[in-house]
Amino acid sequence: MTAEFEYVRARDLAGAVATVSGDPDAAYLAGGTTQLDLMLKDGVVSPARLVDIGHLPLRGTTRDRDRLRVGALTTMAELAADPVVAEQVPFVREALLAGASPQLRNMATIGGNLLQRTRCRYFRDPAVAACNKRTPGSGCAAVTGVARMHAILGASEHCIALHPSDLCVPLMALDATVHIQGVRGVRVVPLTGFYVLPKARPDVENVLHHGEMVTRIDVPLLPVGTRSGYLKVRDRASYEFALLSAAAALRIEGRTITAARLALGGVGTVPWRAYAAEQVLTGAPADEQTYRAAAEAALREPFTVPGTEFKVELAKRTIVRILETVSGLPR
Amino acid sequence: MEIEKSSGVTVKLKVNGRTSELRLDSRVTLLSALREHLVLSGTKKGCDQGACGACTVLLDGRRVLSCLVLAAQCDGREVTTIEGLARNGRPHPLQEAFVHHDGFQCGFCTPGQIMSAVALLEEDRAGSDEEIREFMSGNLCRCGAYPNIVAAIRDVATGKGTHQ
Repeated sequence: MTAEFEYVRARDLAGAVATVSGDPDAAYLAGGTTQLDLMLKDGVVSPARLVDIGHLPLRGTTRDRDRLRVGALTTMAELAADPVVAEQVPFVREALLAGASPQLRNMATIGGNLLQRTRCRYFRDPAVAACNKRTPGSGCAAVTGVARMHAILGASEHCIALHPSDLCVPLMALDATVHIQGVRGVRVVPLTGFYVLPKARPDVENVLHHGEMVTRIDVPLLPVGTRSGYLKVRDRASYEFALLSAAAALRIEGRTITAARLALGGVGTVPWRAYAAEQVLTGAPADEQTYRAAAEAALREPFTVPGTEFKVELAKRTIVRILETVSGLPR
Repeated sequence: MEIEKSSGVTVKLKVNGRTSELRLDSRVTLLSALREHLVLSGTKKGCDQGACGACTVLLDGRRVLSCLVLAAQCDGREVTTIEGLARNGRPHPLQEAFVHHDGFQCGFCTPGQIMSAVALLEEDRAGSDEEIREFMSGNLCRCGAYPNIVAAIRDVATGKGTHQ
């Protein structure tokens, strides 16, 4: 049975931030697809006070020269329908439409997508005692349990819970920035520095302090002539979390890759930017040999358990495939 | 600080054109408010955790999962359920097409399927069978009536519904 909570409707941003910042038992409610799932269905979190920010004016997008400012309460469906996204960062649109279902995309917000919690069944089942993410120091049931939808990068014996976002994969590749409102003002953090690797404290997932609110995500647009793509590999064709995914943006002049951005989903405890692979790609010929070398570089030190070993080769093949697709290399 | 507080909540819901004011526990979902408080049992509780689509309704004209929305979040908003589709005593063309094509067996997922299909037509996502399948993927049917569901939607989308 879900614990009782007080429902509070925020009337303005400052009031909402002050309320949650001043109350350790308070939490925000935006789209609700993660928060209510964890509260009402799984019973994993139980804030005493829920501050609904759904009506705050943090919705919609504005173009500012070479970037798109995305209000944190913009829904996934709204961002997917944005013409600037479709034209300037098409792999963001692909990732959005590959995620969740039409109903959930009408509910879930972009800020909430960044902050969504893992789908690890051991985390989401309070009857399982061992979960360092839920109860610090209790162990990890997934490492010795049934693992499949779990991470192989940024993972360790402390935690292999996967960050399940599709959207965050191209956003990591693009160096999106996160605007964070606290009681003392706004700070801006690069998305690549927003998440915290679990290491010994898997309960700490990002740099937010209690009460801080993500208000805006700035998405840099790709220069003209850069091609991008998102590939999602999953157990069923639609409405399923990724086993593996990759977002790539390439600029190719002649037969040489002059700029490369690559990020991975389905493999990391945080959305994964593949810097080592980008280094291999940049300045190299746009061919299969380069792509295979980039894939090897991206997966150099995986942490696998029996259920996730297959992901290493699957990740490499996914990387090669998306690079071939984006570069237009015939298969 | 302008904040409205309450441990219980008072919610004004406009459902199928009719406004009701409900006093609810803050934990009540839109799904439970519809089924148990307004006795509109057409909307079904399937998985009750956002995975099956049986509870799909329109909220301010957009399809959502009513099991993952608090009733409190819907204060002052408009909801359309399967009970609100008929016009002048006649079923909605999609309802007739589902009957005509046997778009169901047990029928439990059907209200959600039809509400989702109503939204899909509004979103203009019925351009091909492939597109219909992709944009109906949030609604599971364990009887496996998918081919007939797609056929029903295709007929209404292309104006071929024989019972319209």
